[in-house]
Amino acid sequence: MEIVVCVKHVPDTTETEIAIRADERAIEKRGLVFDISEADNYAIEEALLLKEEFCGSITVLTVGPPEADETLRMCLAKGVDKAVRLTDEVFEASDSYATARILSEAIRDMDYDLVLTGVQADDDGCAQVGVTLAEMLGIPHAALVVSTEVEDGRMKLHRELEGGLHEVLEIELPALFTIQTGINEPRYASIFGIRKAMRKEIETLDLGALGLAEKAVGEAGSKTSLIKLFIPVVTAQATILEGSPEEVSSELVTILKNEGVV
Amino acid sequence: MGEIFVLAEHRQGELRDVTFEMLGKGQELAGAMDEPLTAVLLGHSVDGFATELAKQASQVLVVEDERLEHFNSAAYQQVLAHLITGRKPSLVLIGHSACGMDLAPSLATQLDLPLVTDCTGLEVEDGQLFAVREMYGGKVSARVAFSQADTYMATVRQAAFPFEEGEPLGGEIIAVDSPLTEEIKSKRFIEYVEAAVGEVDISQADVVVAVGRGIKEEDNMSLVERLAEALGGVLAGSRPVVDAGWLPPDRQVGQSGRTVKPKLYLAVGISGASQHVVGMRASSTIVAINKDPDAPIFKVAHYGIVDDLLKVVPALTARLEAR
Repeated sequence: MEIVVCVKHVPDTTETEIAIRADERAIEKRGLVFDISEADNYAIEEALLLKEEFCGSITVLTVGPPEADETLRMCLAKGVDKAVRLTDEVFEASDSYATARILSEAIRDMDYDLVLTGVQADDDGCAQVGVTLAEMLGIPHAALVVSTEVEDGRMKLHRELEGGLHEVLEIELPALFTIQTGINEPRYASIFGIRKAMRKEIETLDLGALGLAEKAVGEAGSKTSLIKLFIPVVTAQATILEGSPEEVSSELVTILKNEGVV
Repeated sequence: MGEIFVLAEHRQGELRDVTFEMLGKGQELAGAMDEPLTAVLLGHSVDGFATELAKQASQVLVVEDERLEHFNSAAYQQVLAHLITGRKPSLVLIGHSACGMDLAPSLATQLDLPLVTDCTGLEVEDGQLFAVREMYGGKVSARVAFSQADTYMATVRQAAFPFEEGEPLGGEIIAVDSPLTEEIKSKRFIEYVEAAVGEVDISQADVVVAVGRGIKEEDNMSLVERLAEALGGVLAGSRPVVDAGWLPPDRQVGQSGRTVKPKLYLAVGISGASQHVVGMRASSTIVAINKDPDAPIFKVAHYGIVDDLLKVVPALTARLEAR
């Protein structure tokens, strides 16, 4: 099975304070630690599991600057066969649509059975590139995939719906799936794998190599534009209890007793 | 003159809440844009839904086809592409749900329409439509513009807009012939599978202790287990804890998990992403322990403790056990 996985190198902001850049179009990225976007990490693992079962090869793609090689190398270290970085100054400020356009030009002529992406990226959270890309490639897709199973040339899969419900469906290959977190247990790369990945070549393709017109990418090729970013005001409803852990615990127990919940 | 389309979302014989939330918002936008509000209903034997929708919209377009009984993005895409091309609405609203996420991006791409996903705000200013959406897990908000087009598309976050039933609008119900010609073979719906509920049903508990990413390591889970025991409650969690396999899926609180409304909900190390909050905000008393004072969970909590949970949880457990 030939599998293409699209990943994104994103800042980890789960426990960091975020500052908006002076032009209000992006966040201040200095000092932030970057890693593979969480759902993409599950997509890589799903590809590795499918390769272990059905052989074939995995190609990982990203649209990003040279620093994104860090994420690509980690994918190689885990057992991905080939890494390609799509990179050009004019790709900057591409929205989900333009990003999908860039990826689609790179994938179009490849030999593939399956294209995987994460459900959504940790940074912009659009949940848009994967399904857009499927339409551009003219292949069927399924979003929010939480299990996959191969059944003679087709795939049977579960999609995560709301309220603990799953939808079971069958889809013809080639197809694109957006992979939801929790579908598997992503592995860690071995030291040996990391060493080996250091020596592997990462192919880079720019605007010209992809045969794209400049107006098809970046702001010109986008269908949406960020006007400004701002930090939402958190109007804390909560009465904040203050003091040592023992003091706040004692105060909380008193409150809960008064409210009749303990 | 255009119109505003709202795609009615239904599953297993029920219209989903996001449909009405979109109709509420759509009504406001329809006023601002001076256009009619049109509910678009695709399904099989859905007359009852059409009547219900007609109360909240100027008109209801109904496409009846047995191939539309269950949601299938491929079938929905064909039908909606046909309707949008024919009627050229100025705006199409779709839920940012498991359905909408599977449908809107490919539909917008097929029709070459600008799409903004997961909107928590939509507003018209000087005749221009703008969207507001969250980034970085809700830590940043963004104001987004659509590129110029005849039709705009937006997916709307579930539970982001309130719905209040107003005066019935008495919309006209219009049947539209299904444009589907042949069976869609590339993507087939088979069945729904309900997540198995283990021996503990968290939605029935009076006290829920829920743990999130802040717990850091599996070894720390015993701390919250003990706290849940001391409170006579059950242990639940947010998505990252379930994804990590530290709690089974039937203990997940939130949009894709279960909805709970206990007397006491104690959120430990949970940041309070909107997908989690929709599953617990109806709880009577909400207490949050989180070391980040800016965590959105403090927006919904009644009482908050801003400190390291690894220090607070043992102290609180000890205090409860000493009662």
